[in-house]
Amino acid sequence: MIEITTEKYIEEAAKGIKNTVLQEALANLQERFGGGTAEGYKNLPEGPALRHLAHDIRINTINNLDIVLKKLAQNVRKNGGHVFFAKDGEAAVDYCLQVARRHNVKLAVKGKSMVTEEIGLNSSLAAAGIEVAETDLGEYIVQLFGEHPSHIIAPAIHKTRKEIGRIFAEKLNIPFTDDPPALTQAARKALREKFLTADMGISGCNLACAETGHITVVSNEGNIRMSSTLPKVHVSFMGMERVTARLEDHNPLLRLLCIGAAAMNMATYVSYIGGPTFPGHGDGPEEFHLVILDNGRTRILADTAFREMLCCIRCAACLNVCPVYRKIGGHAYGYPYSGPVGAVVTPLLVGINRAEHLCQGETLCGACKDACPVNIDIPRMLLELRNKLAEGDSKWQVTPSNQKEKFLYTLWSWLVRDRRIYDLFLRLSSVGQKLFPQKEGMIHRLPFSLKGWTSGRDLKPIADESFTRHWKRMKKN
Amino acid sequence: MADKKTVTLFIQCLVDGIYPEVGNAMVAVFRKLGIPVTCPTEHTCCGQVAFNSGYRKAARVAARKFVSLFEGAEIIVCPSGSCAYMVKHHYLDLFRNDEKWLRRARRVGAKTFELTEFLVDVLGIESVGANFNGKVTYHDSCHLLRGLGVHEQPRRLLKNIKGLQFVEMKNPDRCCGFGGAFSIKYPEISVAILDEKVETILATGADIVTGCDIGCLMNIQGRLSRKGSSVKTLHIAQLLAGP
Repeated sequence: MIEITTEKYIEEAAKGIKNTVLQEALANLQERFGGGTAEGYKNLPEGPALRHLAHDIRINTINNLDIVLKKLAQNVRKNGGHVFFAKDGEAAVDYCLQVARRHNVKLAVKGKSMVTEEIGLNSSLAAAGIEVAETDLGEYIVQLFGEHPSHIIAPAIHKTRKEIGRIFAEKLNIPFTDDPPALTQAARKALREKFLTADMGISGCNLACAETGHITVVSNEGNIRMSSTLPKVHVSFMGMERVTARLEDHNPLLRLLCIGAAAMNMATYVSYIGGPTFPGHGDGPEEFHLVILDNGRTRILADTAFREMLCCIRCAACLNVCPVYRKIGGHAYGYPYSGPVGAVVTPLLVGINRAEHLCQGETLCGACKDACPVNIDIPRMLLELRNKLAEGDSKWQVTPSNQKEKFLYTLWSWLVRDRRIYDLFLRLSSVGQKLFPQKEGMIHRLPFSLKGWTSGRDLKPIADESFTRHWKRMKKN
Repeated sequence: MADKKTVTLFIQCLVDGIYPEVGNAMVAVFRKLGIPVTCPTEHTCCGQVAFNSGYRKAARVAARKFVSLFEGAEIIVCPSGSCAYMVKHHYLDLFRNDEKWLRRARRVGAKTFELTEFLVDVLGIESVGANFNGKVTYHDSCHLLRGLGVHEQPRRLLKNIKGLQFVEMKNPDRCCGFGGAFSIKYPEISVAILDEKVETILATGADIVTGCDIGCLMNIQGRLSRKGSSVKTLHIAQLLAGP
């Protein structure tokens, strides 16, 4: 099973902030990709209308997901493929293990898939004695380190080339080099052997197509294409929301996915996989399995406040502009989905109380909403999540997370209700604050729950006379 | 502009309590332009801080008071992008289950403006005849920029201030790390984000950093002060009011 460490947000964030290698890597990532995606949007021949269209396509599909998925399953089966609707991660993993056992699988090659991270597939297969070889270069690197990916598209962003050179020298038995082309060639050579001897190929699915019964896999390295065509068996995992009704929907969505993910007009390899091979075809696996995963998504679908989050196509454009992600890195979120998308999806999947820091520890700056290729309003949903944490929610089983804070805001509501009480509070504070240490007219240290401010900043003291008192005085004269 | 509407001042809590000079500057600007102003002295807070922390029931207390106090106004002007955004947009979230209050809130929101938005878009004024000697850089506050779409207006006003040397910082639209209560609840992350903002400010060589939201400026000023920097923060109203 997967290890969830969302409770460690604050301490893991602190580690990320102090990690100078990570800081430089994330700054470069955001300059290149965040900036590149923004340019990509500017150059769209259709202009902003394309993203509005993409949003409409996604939300219409999600609003009809039951019909669309039924159609998808029908057509995949018509093409000779197998479809399994997995209620949760355990069911999905069990299904895959069954297929693997039937085919005596010893080695599986894998394309990058966040949904397989979500269900802890790799460790479960390993526990059953099956070697799993990640074939995306970034995932391959992360796997050699025994770590988890820290970014949806660039999993090894937190590693330097020197570190990668060292692990390659150790694990691949090659002389040390930190030259990226040489390292890539070494990975290619090692992975070639895996591709050619693998018994099973595992992939995610970028966007399935209900109309035709295809899944698509998109990559720049060609590894997913190779993983899904060479081995005898191909198992593809998809979150149940990753589907379109019609083939024509893929045009705007795949284009926007590539701009959002890598500031590219289109990825190098786009594969349409419509089931297993058939007589006379020549390419492809003998068996194709599509595992459609729920794992909490039906619950999100059922809530109209959060349904929009299912429109996400996992491009990571939001990670590439988020000021919080930039500083804390992906591991701080404690779950495969990090950044702004993670801040909404992770609480909804693992528990809102459990992952409360993910949705509280954001500035609500809105850069994610601007960057999202399908115009998802992430800040709106962060505010909804905070509301549930503040006041509790029976449907999502949320208990109010901070009774002290709740009490303070109740007090606050009495203060703001009546200007005389508010004025009294201002007067008392402007006197009381003289107790706090000051330096050159600025408060240097605040007590209790306010001390977070002064840990790194000074604070201008409350004025002797509020604007309102001054105004009243002026009006009198 | 023969028949000038009276501006009802929406003075945000941070200005009222900590930076009254910003409110005074705004009044001075309107006086210079010959615009009549009034101020509802019963006003306390728009409720944004409670809303952003999820306490909608508490926020509604502030919101109902605000709507009742301001609904008689001809036009409402606020020296804060985030507070104007709260009234114009989030009040609609707060009252979504209450048709009567929703209607009242919508009417109030429709006549609420942030200061630079009001001057440039509503009054068509890009110069208030101000003077200010110094090198100034500008920070785009998040709700002002992405919520209200205000980007050009403050820049036009600044560039028309005589003697002011305007210099654009790198990534002016990147968050300063304030985020309201976030700055107190997640201080380490907040300051890490803030330090990047401070770096881009210092790199401009400016004497002054300005903006339209005192929350952001309070945050930036706090770090500059802690680091012993001589760079000052001034709200745009203070630059427009002159020395």
